[in-house]
Formats: sequence, structure tokens, C-alpha cells
Amino acid sequence: MKQTISVIVENRAGVLSKITSLFSKRAFNIESLAVGVTDDPTLSRITIIVDSGNSVVEQVEKQLNKLVDVVKVRVLNEHSIIGRELLLIKVNATVTTRPDIMTICEICGAKIADITANTLTIELSAESDKVASFEEMMRPFGIMETARTGMIALQKGAAKI
Amino acid sequence: MTGSQIFVQALINEGVDRVFGYAGATICSLMDEMMKVEDTIRYTLVRQEQNAGHMASGYARVTGKTGVCMVTSGPGATNLITGIATAYMDSIPMVAVTGQVPTNLIGRDIFQEVDILGAVTPFIKHSYLVKDARELPNIIKEAFYIASTGRPGPVLIDFPQNIQDQEVKDPVFPDTVHIRGYNPSIKGNGRQLTHVIHAISEAKKPVICAGGGVFLAHAEAELKSFAHEMNIPVVTTMMGLSLLDTDDPLNMGMIGKFGNRSANKAMVKADLLIMIGMRVADRAIMEPNEVKRRLTTIHIDVDSAEIGKNMEANIPLVGDAGIILNKLSEQCTAPDTTEWRAFLKDYRAEELGRDFPEHPYVSPQRFMRKLGHHLEEGTAVCVDVGQNQIWACQHLYMHGIRFLTSGGLGTMGYGLPCGIGVKIAQPERKTVVINGDGSFQMSMNELAVVRANKLDLKIIIIRNHVLGLVHQSQVRAPFHGAYGVDLEGDPDFEALIASYGIPSTVLEEDDKTDEALEAFLSSEGPQVLIVNVDPMCSTTE
Repeated sequence: MKQTISVIVENRAGVLSKITSLFSKRAFNIESLAVGVTDDPTLSRITIIVDSGNSVVEQVEKQLNKLVDVVKVRVLNEHSIIGRELLLIKVNATVTTRPDIMTICEICGAKIADITANTLTIELSAESDKVASFEEMMRPFGIMETARTGMIALQKGAAKI
Repeated sequence: MTGSQIFVQALINEGVDRVFGYAGATICSLMDEMMKVEDTIRYTLVRQEQNAGHMASGYARVTGKTGVCMVTSGPGATNLITGIATAYMDSIPMVAVTGQVPTNLIGRDIFQEVDILGAVTPFIKHSYLVKDARELPNIIKEAFYIASTGRPGPVLIDFPQNIQDQEVKDPVFPDTVHIRGYNPSIKGNGRQLTHVIHAISEAKKPVICAGGGVFLAHAEAELKSFAHEMNIPVVTTMMGLSLLDTDDPLNMGMIGKFGNRSANKAMVKADLLIMIGMRVADRAIMEPNEVKRRLTTIHIDVDSAEIGKNMEANIPLVGDAGIILNKLSEQCTAPDTTEWRAFLKDYRAEELGRDFPEHPYVSPQRFMRKLGHHLEEGTAVCVDVGQNQIWACQHLYMHGIRFLTSGGLGTMGYGLPCGIGVKIAQPERKTVVINGDGSFQMSMNELAVVRANKLDLKIIIIRNHVLGLVHQSQVRAPFHGAYGVDLEGDPDFEALIASYGIPSTVLEEDDKTDEALEAFLSSEGPQVLIVNVDPMCSTTE
């Protein structure tokens, strides 16, 4: 089962390597990992998606908590989070295929970020499964390359970790 | 003040009185300051950096203080790695200081540069690279605090050469630290405590399993009085050995693959297992699922991640062993264990009374039994790794002694430097080292430290000319025979040891053991006793 772990860490050099070292040492698999500074510049938020059972996730949480540079850890309930991933995708687009692509973009809420005679570069911010299905929709047109951020997430409502 | 001056001042502020180290180019400035305080901080030059870690470990384990080792960059730092990993696995409070190349050259692969922080990350409690000397007072305060609190462990401070020389005007040395990501929970949750108390009072056949965490919490007395007040039999892990005396009626011995039959029997027959300060590692608990299925389990540990890591516990309780044992002593009603203890008594008597198969030379099992009877109370027994360790664990008669070994990482060569660390920490404490002839050769260079410091250390070498523990596995299925374990080429130990100015004697007749031990232990100054043992003698007999 995919689970989302939100980790608040000290925003210092070397902290990310301590986190990733922990995952490899304990043989925990990471599906995706996204890092960014928070509104407090001394803290960063790492959002980690793992595909594991509950006992493994509990162990991940405890081991992360043991790291001195980790300030807070929370396993987020999948039903009460807002999760987003950013996709940048470059596809082949000719005069004939361009309108079709743009229709799909409109349906999915994606934006055109760049255009050339033969390509479109599109950005989409959405939940991970929507990003995946959008990617599938683009495949017939010919995907040149993609970049995905990995999911970031916050809890719904007023809750914070 | 320079960075080095701040560093040394901060060490003094932390109460550091011993440092084990190996000088080198990147810590010359630091060594210069160490020289100025040699009356306050006694510095010991080791002969290989790994052993600085083990000496700091021996020091820490008998004093309860944080051990300090200090080495140069590059190979000095990489040699120390095994010392750090050993301390990590045994949760030893330690601050390791490594020199580093100047900050502007880090990452250029210059002479004696290595990313030691990156190398030790998987087996260190915390680490620092000092980039500004102004941060030093705080870093050192934090390092000692982190190393010695919660579940103790090693902390590394990587200290670049130019930062050692950086001038700081009026540095401020803090009295306390606050680390927002580090708040060990020690008191024990009240509700969980109630569950524990209830389970204990209901139990018919409870057994306590005590690990090294009890020593780390300085809760030896608390454990003993709790067990006796509640009349609950006790088994220990290897790291928990010597918590109870061998002939304490509640002591059932050591559990596990290499443990005592009486202890394993107690585990099998019990209905409640109270684990205190142990990791449920594979050598101690071979089949966690089976234990979980049959027993109600209480797991008490200061590190919440230990609970459920290798075995789910019915009642987890996070906290300091001493604090929790005190609360339990106050609040628990003693269960009636009369029948249970009577049942176990025979197993223990059988274990302690049994004799061993005859072999040529000295019986190592009988030797351990006899050795224990010759030791004064308070003696530290520092045991290496291999058959010598297993025989000592199984059969050494323990009465008021402190048993020290590398139980977690199983690092060969630990015994002698650990003993040196003990002796340098507490010169008055009787200290005995037990080695095999294989493990002795992993750190015998440290005899120079014994000689230079005139340490009254008694060193036993169990000699069978083979790497015995591996050998005994190799000669059994599924393997096909001894290979790569013959210690061919061994030196003439007596001559080698004599070249360090240390006298030695050889014991090879079983019935001369008592007189040999008498003479050995009552001798003045360092002394080595070489005990010849049959290579076919196994720990499973």
C-alpha cells in the first residue's frame, strides 16, 4: 500500500543524505521523494511516498524520528491529504495533432508552457494518478521527454503536522 | 581563541579526562593545545586508530562517561570506522574527533582527504562537519549531550585544519543545549505502565530478559532489586551478562544460539517475557515469531524503534530502564512464582553442575569456571570475539565482576584495547582480558600501550592455532571441511610478548589451572597467560 510520510527536517547541508542513507541501510524502498524549504527558512519539508505494509511504515517513522536533524515525522492518512505532483512533458505536435492535444490539456487542466513548430511542452499539476493518466493520453502523440517532481502533500483542513 | 583552543576548553568543560588517539598532519594544531592541558586530559597514543575507538568504549563502559577518541583525516579516519561501528552496535556513548583537510579544499581529493561523515552515516548516532569555529562551543555541547542521553551512541565531529586555526573573539560556552529534533522519552507512558503492572501481577511463569541497555541506563541495582522483590527469574543477552551473579538463585544464564540450556529452557516454558534494554537480535532470539506466538511480551526500551523492529511486543513501554524499574518496584504486586522457580532450579543446577568432555590440554569450559572463582569483586573482564567469547559467556563464573565484550558487531580484536581503556580509566580496577590466538593478533600491537603506560593488565590467550568458531562450523554440514582458518605462521607468542617486556606463562595441563591462575592473577604488573586448548574442542559440547 502506498503511504505518504511528511518529514520536517533542519534545513542544513548533509541532512538529505542522512535521510536517504537511512532508507538504504534499513532496506526501505522509496517510491518518490520531494524536498523543499518551508515558510520557516531553517526547516525543510520532505515528502516521501513508500509502498510498504503498516509495520514497515511504522518502523520508517520511528527510524526517521531517531535522526537528530528530523524535527517532526507524520504518516499522512491518504483520505485526508491534498497531494500534488508537477509534470513537465514535451510531445511531438504537428499542425494536425496540435488541436487534439490542446483539447486533452483543457479537459485535464494542463497548461501549455512552450511551443515550437513541431513540439508542445505542457505542465500539469495534479494528483499522481491523474498525472499518470495524462501521460498515457499523450503517449500516442509521441512523448519526447518528461520530468516529474514526486508528490508533495499537506493535510486537508486546518490540521498541520 | 583559536578553534583548537575552544575545542580543548570545551572538552574540559565536559569533564573529559582521557583521550585516545593517533596524531597526524590535520590535527597538529589540536595536538598542540592538547599538550598544554596534559595534566587535565591524559592522552594515550594507540597503535592503530580502530583501537582508539575500542579503548574509548572500554573507558565509557566502566565510568559511565562519554569516551573520546581523536584521529587524523583520511586513513586515520577510515581506520577508526570499525571502532565507531562497534560502539554504535553496542550503544556506547562516544565522541569521535577526526581531522579534516581545510574547508576550501574539501571535495578535491587532496592528500589524506576522505568523506568520513558520508562513510559513517549508517552507523553513527549523529555527526558534524565544523565549518565555522564560532559554532564549536555549541557543537561540542550538543555532541556530548547526544552521545550520552537517550539510547547512547557515537557522535562524530569532523574538524577541518583551517577551522582549528580560526580566531574567534570571546567565544561563549553554553551550559545547556536545546535540540528541537532530539527529545528522548525516558519517563514511560502511564497507561502502558499500568498494562505492564497488570501483566506482571497476573503472570504464573514470568521471566525477565535483561540486555546491555540496563548497564547503559546505570540500572544494575534497580534490575537486581526488582527481580528479587518480584521473585522473577532472569535471563540475559550477551550484553547483559554479569548483571546478576552466576549463583544468584534467580539467574538462569544467557539466552540464544550460544546461550545456556537453562536460560533457553526458561524462555520456552515461560508465559510472560519482560524484555528490558535488549534488541531482539538474531543470536539472542532466534525465532521471534515463535516467541511472539507463545508468550505475552513486554518490551521496555528507551529507543522506541527497537520495539517492533524484530518482534512485535504485546505491551511496548518506551523509557529509561532505571526510571521504569523503580516505578515497577514501587507499584507491582509480586506474582507467586514459587512453583515456577522450583521447576527452573533443576535446569540451572544441571547446567552449573555438568562436566565437559575430555580433550588433550586444558578444557576451556572448566578453565572459565575456575577463572571466575579466582577473580576479585569489581574485576572487569574484557572478552574478545570467537570461541573464547562463547566459552566465557557460557561458563565464566561471575561474582561481582563486570563482563565487557563486543556483543553487537562482534569485532575481533576488541578485548585488549577495551581492557586498556578500562585500565586507563580506572587504574585501580583489576582487569582481565580474554583473547583467542586469532583475535589477539588483531590488536596485539597495543601491547606497546600496555608497556608504555605500565598497565597492570592480565591477558589470557586461549590458543588452539585455529579460528575456532569458524572452524567448528566448517567441519559440520552443510560445509565440507576446514578452510582458511589455520593460523599457520603464528609468531612465538612468548618471545613476541617478551619483546614488549611483558612476562608470560603457558598452561597446558587441566589440573594445573588453579595454581596457574593463582600465580597469574597475583603477579605484579602486566602478565600474559597462554592457555593451550585442543582445536577440536567446540562451544557446543
